Amino acid sequence: MPVLNPRALNPRAPNPRALNADTRHTVTITLNGRPRSGQAHPRLLLSDFLRHELGAHGTRVGCEHGVCGACTVRLDGIAVRACLTLAVQADGRRVDTVEGLAEANQGRMTALQEAFRRHHALQCGFCTAGILMSLSDWLERTPNPTDEELRDMLSGHLCRCTGYAGIVRAVMDVTGQAIPSGESAHV
Amino acid sequence: MKPAPFDYLRPATVADALAALAAGGDDARVIAGGQSLMPMLNMRLVQPRLLIDLGGLSELGTLRAEDGWLTVGAAVTQAQALARPGLTDEVPLLAAALPWVGHVQTRNRGTLCGSVAHADPSAEVPLCLVATGGEVVLRNAGRRRTVAAADFFLGPLTTARAADEIVESLRFPLAAPGSGHAFREMSMRHGDFAIVACAATATAERIGLAVGGVADRPTARSWPLAPGGALPPDLDAHLNAFAWELGGDDDQHASARYRRELVRRIGRTVLEEALSCRS
Repeated sequence: MPVLNPRALNPRAPNPRALNADTRHTVTITLNGRPRSGQAHPRLLLSDFLRHELGAHGTRVGCEHGVCGACTVRLDGIAVRACLTLAVQADGRRVDTVEGLAEANQGRMTALQEAFRRHHALQCGFCTAGILMSLSDWLERTPNPTDEELRDMLSGHLCRCTGYAGIVRAVMDVTGQAIPSGESAHV
Repeated sequence: MKPAPFDYLRPATVADALAALAAGGDDARVIAGGQSLMPMLNMRLVQPRLLIDLGGLSELGTLRAEDGWLTVGAAVTQAQALARPGLTDEVPLLAAALPWVGHVQTRNRGTLCGSVAHADPSAEVPLCLVATGGEVVLRNAGRRRTVAAADFFLGPLTTARAADEIVESLRFPLAAPGSGHAFREMSMRHGDFAIVACAATATAERIGLAVGGVADRPTARSWPLAPGGALPPDLDAHLNAFAWELGGDDDQHASARYRRELVRRIGRTVLEEALSCRS
């Protein structure tokens, strides 16, 4: 009995210039400043490409539909959801992940990461990579955020440990602003 | 939570994309920012055979105000529109509503045209398009046509777009001098889909209210102002009738009764705000 090819059921011929669904294609990105290549089916998410193909496990995978923010990376400098981006869409572009923060800082944690540690802005750490990548982009454009602006931006990330208070304190500290009153004495 | 297999095409021109869409028919889908379509792909609610990526096409990057309209091309992200310095003067309602669309991180990729093509009944951009009397420009391989926003949305995730067409651009009327605008919504958490979203417009003669999240599509009504430019004395009765006409259902987020109450209350609030902020 012949093996049924699902494409045989479709009378439409595949587009000859499209990347074929059943073939792995070479995707090359600049990951944290270094060119890296891997293979990807068109349906492979950038989050899975980073983790499974390039071994960059700093980026976490949470909800896989754009809600939780754990997989946030910077694509050409802009914070985006890696789970809502295809690996083939990132081909030829720059991707920055949490591993790159210290790598670009002589191997030491950045001031933002140090502030996170100091203010207990993380507990289990699952959401932290995404939040750091969002902040590293956002603070460049919003260097002195208000508490309200910061919490609005953080609404794009789910953290189940900290209640966000430590994260707000860390960002206020690293941006040289007053730490919200009544919350500074105790972490 | 991984998409089903599809072929992926990054066309060099819009003409290439339209030819591929015509050949692909119902089995092809267009992606730009992907902030609505990618979750649908990940959850396998949509399983196209061919994905055509408009994201890199500079032809679709138009963001321009001229001849009384703001034109927003298919590749323009919500973040780009929000960062446009003149937006608060050109289409103040859109400037007020865009911060409510998803989150900073999704607005960085999500497009206005994509939100309109997706047609979620609670989405903010379709609501603003209906509230302002905007238009959707559709294009296929052979022609271009313009559909009024009020005629474009047919139901949840259902629009007047044919399978071989893309939403090439949106056209928002530039705010007239002396008009007022206001936007508010209620959601469980900031960035969630709205339970009820209300967009109000006010001119010298009329006030208009568009509501999202209740009916199966964004829906607008308008009423004449009372003599002297005050709110109509029977506004509460109008709002109550409108709230019932919208015909919302109970769901896991809110009851129909709560939705009607939000339409009455938020509706009045935004209408008062729109009237008082007329320039």
